[in-house]
Amino acid sequence: MNKEQAQLDGGIDLNPDALQFLTFILNGEEYGVDILKVQGIQGWSKVTPIPNTPDFMLGVINLRGAVVPIVDLRKRFQLDIVDYGPTTVVIVVKVTGDDGERVVGMVVDAVSEVYNVNARDIKPSPSFSGSISTEYIRGLSMIENKMVILLEIDSLVNAGVLDMVPGELVV
Amino acid sequence: MFDDEGMDEIRQIFLEESTEGLDVMESGLLELEPGTADMETINNIFRAAHSIKGGGGTFGFVEVSDFTHWVETVLDEMRSAERDVTEDGITLLLESVDCLRGMMDSINAQSDYDTPRISALQARIVAVLNGEVDTGVVAAPPPEAVVTPEPTVEEQPSVEPAGNEEVETVIVEPAAELDKAPGAESVVGTSAEPSQPEVSIETDVAVEKAVSAPVAKAVETGKAEKGGSESGSSIRVNVDKVDSLLNLVGELVITQSMLGRFKKEFNVNDLSDLRDGLAQLESNTRELQEAAMQIRMLPIKVAFSRFTRLVRDLSRSMGKKVKLELLGEQTELDKTVLEKIGDPLVHLVRNSLDHGIETVEKRLAAGKPSEGLLRLSAHHEAGNIVIEISDDGAGLNRDKILSKAIERGLVGEDEQITDERIYMLIFQAGFSTADQVSDLSGRGVGMDVVRRNIQDLGGRIDVHSEIGKGSTFTIRLPLTLAILDGQLVRVGEETYIVPLLSIVESVFINPERVNVVANNQMLYRLRDEFLPITDLRAICGGYYRNMSLDADELDDKLLVVIETAGRRYGLVVDDLEDQQQVVIKALENNYRHVSGLAGATILGDGSVSLILDIPSLAQRCFSDLDEPEQLASA
Repeated sequence: MNKEQAQLDGGIDLNPDALQFLTFILNGEEYGVDILKVQGIQGWSKVTPIPNTPDFMLGVINLRGAVVPIVDLRKRFQLDIVDYGPTTVVIVVKVTGDDGERVVGMVVDAVSEVYNVNARDIKPSPSFSGSISTEYIRGLSMIENKMVILLEIDSLVNAGVLDMVPGELVV
Repeated sequence: MFDDEGMDEIRQIFLEESTEGLDVMESGLLELEPGTADMETINNIFRAAHSIKGGGGTFGFVEVSDFTHWVETVLDEMRSAERDVTEDGITLLLESVDCLRGMMDSINAQSDYDTPRISALQARIVAVLNGEVDTGVVAAPPPEAVVTPEPTVEEQPSVEPAGNEEVETVIVEPAAELDKAPGAESVVGTSAEPSQPEVSIETDVAVEKAVSAPVAKAVETGKAEKGGSESGSSIRVNVDKVDSLLNLVGELVITQSMLGRFKKEFNVNDLSDLRDGLAQLESNTRELQEAAMQIRMLPIKVAFSRFTRLVRDLSRSMGKKVKLELLGEQTELDKTVLEKIGDPLVHLVRNSLDHGIETVEKRLAAGKPSEGLLRLSAHHEAGNIVIEISDDGAGLNRDKILSKAIERGLVGEDEQITDERIYMLIFQAGFSTADQVSDLSGRGVGMDVVRRNIQDLGGRIDVHSEIGKGSTFTIRLPLTLAILDGQLVRVGEETYIVPLLSIVESVFINPERVNVVANNQMLYRLRDEFLPITDLRAICGGYYRNMSLDADELDDKLLVVIETAGRRYGLVVDDLEDQQQVVIKALENNYRHVSGLAGATILGDGSVSLILDIPSLAQRCFSDLDEPEQLASA
């Protein structure tokens, strides 16, 4: 039984371990990504910039023979730009969209933990002003007295990143 | 009917074999000359029909085998010289081939057969077998064919019109007409018994007058909606190609073991051995790559073969005499390219037939032989395939195109333009010089699509024409879509790849030859020609239009002269690096299409390099040269 189904069944998760989230830090907040979507974690490496794309689209890298776009989440959500440091990592996720699966890397400040989250412990997200817009948030969960924001990674990457076209072009 | 899991595979095998058989039948029929009985050809056709019939029976497609049985009977009579090979007979058999193709499509889509068409055609064949003269394409099937139960339809219960008073008039319409009738929703509701799920042939062809036409359409609609089944396409490969691939893999294994021993111990004396081994590895890799590509290569004959039929049918319907000449049919190209080039070729051939080759009277009046010549040829040239479509018809009317272009504002009144550029104007969207729109062409849609399709394949098209003597369209395409011959160019810190096919030449820039005209557009005087130029760094830095270039900065830089859509442009780059074959990786796989880029590739050092899409880049940078008001805002 998949997670969506579990949620549809009144939020009762038959398998308490079904949901696992990898969390990362962005601008002091902790975000969780469904671990089944995560392909791997990479150190920062040089990207090939793509012309005529939004500035948060840093470019593409060679990931084991595949050309994978890298997006800077700080730039995407208009946070302060910080220099890439030793903890800066790229989380590579595989998302499902209308045109099939895509592999995309996201630059985040640091990777944190892997948590087991029970589906019924996910609270709907109130309208609040976090760094990432609420439309890409699946819910909130209190883990070890910390609030973790669980992301709807498919829509974040598809609608929030890949489908964005560059704005007014510099002429 | 096709619910079983295992059916999928069986159906696929049957479809592939039958499609090949139908191709054999069609090309055989086209070779047959009326009045003669070429035994070998007839035997070939007969054998193909026989295997389709056998396959249909074996795999449980009774309708196919029943229908083919009648076709086979006709062929058998021709084979045993009981029946003459006539033009009408060939046409009837060709129609049967088309009908069988339709049945194959239905099987593939798992939809219902186009029963009215099948039964109508079958009735005609039966009539011919009974010694009657075939009434041709639009004639109705003989009424008795409908009334007389035929051996193939025994499983379909007949409906009794007597029980329903609504059915008053019974008419018979030919299948060809029924197919074109506007759509309707239900078959069952209009038949005599609403509870009857199976519609018999009789009700299809003979129902109440008002509903007869739409009924048949419903059968068609059902077929169209279901769509084809999603099974991976397969390819037939010559055993020699597989053998050579295996040989190369064997060699690679030997090379690997030779290099593998250096893992254990290595001293300086082994250096030359290591170098030899690496050289061998390089040649193995290259050969293996070529052999692997060979597997995807198919002769262009596959695409050309359909034209025999197309030209025959079209020239007949237009009352023209056309001889089709096919050259270089064995020239091989990638399966994907082959599939995608089909439609543009059909368009160009139709165009040549419609606009190019004149009617018999006009040809005789112009002192030409009455029979027009349409030549399709293919050959390899420097890693590309070149396809030419030429005719000895009227040729393109240079003045007419020019005046039309001036009228539409595409060209200035007193602009000096070369003939080549004038001919390229026919590829503009919506451009047509045809005085009359025919159902074949002349609407001005199409040529731009043709060019776009060819460009999408990384190729280009050129026209050469001489009025009164004919025109030639030359298509140049890469042999494969997966690998491209590229020129690596350095721009700042980045390396980009320009497809070699687009490059005319590369020159050192002489800053004295650079002229800046209005709005920073720069022109470069190359010999006698002024080329619009732009700095690749400006484009790749995110600017669409030209940035002002300092003439001093141009020192030491290089100009890559590119040609697209018949015009030449210059791209300023910092340096030229290697030329190499690159494997194209689509950006769409993980991102989306980016205009100006054809894709990306991974270079030897593992870094990603972007491949430029020259036609779209040229359009972006230079298309508005003639529109000063847009440039003014720059």
